[in-house]
Amino acid sequence: MDVLLLQVFNGLSVSSILLLIALGLAITFGLMNVINMAHGELIMAGAYVAYVTQTVFAKYVNERFFGAYFIVALFLSFLVSGLMGVLMERLLIRFLYGRPLDSLLATWGVSMVLQQLARNIFGAPNVDVVSPGWLNGGIQLMTGVQLPYKRLFIIVLVVLCIVGMYFYIHRTSAGRRMQAVMQNRDMAACLGIPTRRVDTITFALGSGLAGIAGCSLALLGSIGPSIGTYYIVDSFMVVVLGGVGKLVGTVAGALTIGMINTAFEFGTTATLGKVLVFTLVILFLQWKPSGLVALRTRALDG
Amino acid sequence: MGGIIVYLDGITVSFDGFKAIDNLSTYVEYGELRFFIGPNGAGKTTLLDVICGRVKPTKGRVFFREDIDICRKQEHEIVRLGISRKFQTPAVFANLTVFENLELSMRQNRSVFSSLSAKLTSAEEDMIRSNLEIIGLGQKANIKAGSLAHGEKQWLEIGMLLVQEPELLLLDEPVAGMTKKETEKTGELLRSVAVNRSVLVVEHDMDFVRDFARKVTVMHEGKILCEGPVEKIQNDPKVIEIYLGRGRETNVKH
Amino acid sequence: MARLGSKEGSQVTRFISLAVIALLLLAPLFLSEFRLSLLGKFLSYAILALGIDLIWGYTGMLSLGHGVFFGLGAYCTAMYLKLEATGGGLPDFMSWSGLTGLPWFWQPFEHGWFALVMAIVLPVSLAAILGYLTSRSRIHGVYFSILTQALALIFVILFVGQQPYTGGTNGITNFSTIFGYDLAAPSVQTVLYYISVFFLVATYLFCHRLVNSRFGRILVAIRDSENRVRFSGYNPVWFKTFVLALSAGIAGLAGALFVTQVGIISPAMMGIVPSIEMVIWVAVGGRGTLTGAVIGAILVNAAKSSFRESFPDAWLYFLGFLFILVVLLFPDGITGLFTRLSHRYHRVTSNISTGKTVKSVQPLESNRV
Repeated sequence: MDVLLLQVFNGLSVSSILLLIALGLAITFGLMNVINMAHGELIMAGAYVAYVTQTVFAKYVNERFFGAYFIVALFLSFLVSGLMGVLMERLLIRFLYGRPLDSLLATWGVSMVLQQLARNIFGAPNVDVVSPGWLNGGIQLMTGVQLPYKRLFIIVLVVLCIVGMYFYIHRTSAGRRMQAVMQNRDMAACLGIPTRRVDTITFALGSGLAGIAGCSLALLGSIGPSIGTYYIVDSFMVVVLGGVGKLVGTVAGALTIGMINTAFEFGTTATLGKVLVFTLVILFLQWKPSGLVALRTRALDG
Repeated sequence: MGGIIVYLDGITVSFDGFKAIDNLSTYVEYGELRFFIGPNGAGKTTLLDVICGRVKPTKGRVFFREDIDICRKQEHEIVRLGISRKFQTPAVFANLTVFENLELSMRQNRSVFSSLSAKLTSAEEDMIRSNLEIIGLGQKANIKAGSLAHGEKQWLEIGMLLVQEPELLLLDEPVAGMTKKETEKTGELLRSVAVNRSVLVVEHDMDFVRDFARKVTVMHEGKILCEGPVEKIQNDPKVIEIYLGRGRETNVKH
Repeated sequence: MARLGSKEGSQVTRFISLAVIALLLLAPLFLSEFRLSLLGKFLSYAILALGIDLIWGYTGMLSLGHGVFFGLGAYCTAMYLKLEATGGGLPDFMSWSGLTGLPWFWQPFEHGWFALVMAIVLPVSLAAILGYLTSRSRIHGVYFSILTQALALIFVILFVGQQPYTGGTNGITNFSTIFGYDLAAPSVQTVLYYISVFFLVATYLFCHRLVNSRFGRILVAIRDSENRVRFSGYNPVWFKTFVLALSAGIAGLAGALFVTQVGIISPAMMGIVPSIEMVIWVAVGGRGTLTGAVIGAILVNAAKSSFRESFPDAWLYFLGFLFILVVLLFPDGITGLFTRLSHRYHRVTSNISTGKTVKSVQPLESNRV
């Protein structure tokens, strides 16, 4: 019983991390159809923001407030990664709309540059982030079953992000403008919506979410320049499996992959688990090419 | 003429509960030039999609040459049977020349291995050249299709269908974006094509329909409203209602 | 593409190609042993680039997993070389991981011919399965790219994780002889180099015939409008499966040639990063032209090895900016640049000779996807 409970919790935890990483992609890839291979490096940026904030707090801020650094870092990482997103969109991606494979290659270039930049600034070895005191420990459910606060925190954070995104997309006028532009750009432009600005804001939003994801990853382990590459493929798989263009799909995709992955890793080894998950995803796409939650429209691909 | 080339039996197509086509039955005879008209969203394009295999109907069946059930076939198999489709926005191979576009389209063994060793025979070349003249692109044979004007692309696509030597042509708005003169020419072309094939046209241009249609089917909200010769259709009160009625509504709004 | 080239143009190209081949044949006379094996490595990369160009440049399928096919070819050959080095005994990494006997699937690799056949057959089969499954369910564009990238990740994880059978992170190395000949001997290396030249020329000619056949035009047609191809009566599934399998076979061949000359294969040479680097070779040279693929592979790798010697850090910046600049400013690569320049030159000369002004410039059709 407790093994099962622990497995479910682990699966949920893995899912929540995948989801947090994939949320940003669900916007830039799912809504805007831009393949941003530097998404992983936006995650890395968020992680390093956590590291820098922590270092600054340790040095200049009263020890009593040290625990607050993480909250500050969350906001900062959103801002920093979002700003990087604005720069990328304005300088590069803007010119590549409608050429998805080319934007894939160009953003891969960005990712290489950013990784090397991180290596030059922070050094190649991994660095560790001291987690704030209030996230240490966990809830003791029964003997042998402890739910760490860190992982619980990430699950709560994901839920908050999804609720926030849902609210933004469906309840604010900025979100409605975003939907309008993504669904029918020409019509939106005719109605006087500044489509280019909406593009930039949307991309920045997706990038900012990557920053938050990176910041939370810093809680779970050490961070290095290639932390992004480690997660990027998984998160793309989540979005593809879930079905592009729907938030619900991304949630479903993350839950499926997270749960199955945990189960397989428990049953076999970590390596074989990943191989099996990939094979299953390909086979699943044979059956439902548009993913778990399909966006059925009258328009077929060109 | 006699004989039915394609027969639609109780076709329903629904997208997420919305019925684009609702229990529709009709047939087209050999050698017929048939027009489908109707307001936006009437289900005309979807109807062509069903016949060419691009959309599988939720319910109902489509028979070709009386006994071939099309719904079980894939798109390329349907083409090989002799049904060719022209799309609303012209779909041509932009990076191949006009000539090469026709060369690929012509009726031939279309397997991977025969394409590896295929050689253009002089008979085939003559056939392509004469079709190039028919569609008025004889001078542009070696130009990349991507740099043709919109109307020329429309003709090229029609030419690509002709060299497929189909028994049934499905044309989605073939004169969209054409000048009056080009439209006229296209109409003549269709008329001559329909002599020994069946042609099914979806069209918005009412002048074009009036000038060239023999039999017209009016669709509305996924169903057939009425069917018959142009004169009969024009005076049908139901048709006037959906066309003029809508017109009035929009007039009131403005 | 070839068809558009004017007569003089094709004569110039033929002359240049012959000159390049002559240069490659004479290279052993004036290159040091080290440089020659480096060049041999670049030639195997050039073969690989031809395969990538077939599927990406012509057919529009961007594979980010070609390192896997390359790696499979290399590993098959390496297994044979390793067994020849141990004289049929247990390879060192196996005994380190506690294996006592040779695994069954290693045993047939004692035979060189078997290994070389498998170096082509394995990647072809894997690609055929992947190509059939993806094109059947109409996974194309970026989705295809993402899946192939996942494939690269999976294979790296698999090869690193199965250390007893694959040599893990270190891969397979420490070879001694090939078909009884000493791999370290300069004469053997020169022969291997010539074999690479031969296969490069052969692959080039093969691909050249292919893209200029009706099959090749169907590939371009698939890139332009897959649905139109379908509605012209072709089944794109078979064409895409065939060309992906072919491309993987070429990659496997390249891998086999690579490992004989470089002497090592490891997961780091077949993963996500090398796979996407292979694509940039083609992009730099000019996608959709075969010469472009060859030029790009040799130039980028030559730049890489000279850069790495002098500024190891700067290389990644350089490569990163190369990705961005090529895509943004020169989507047709070096060959595209030359075509543009020669068009301009021809325009100027024809203006002078006819005294007419040319109406409008034909926009250069790029092979964007």
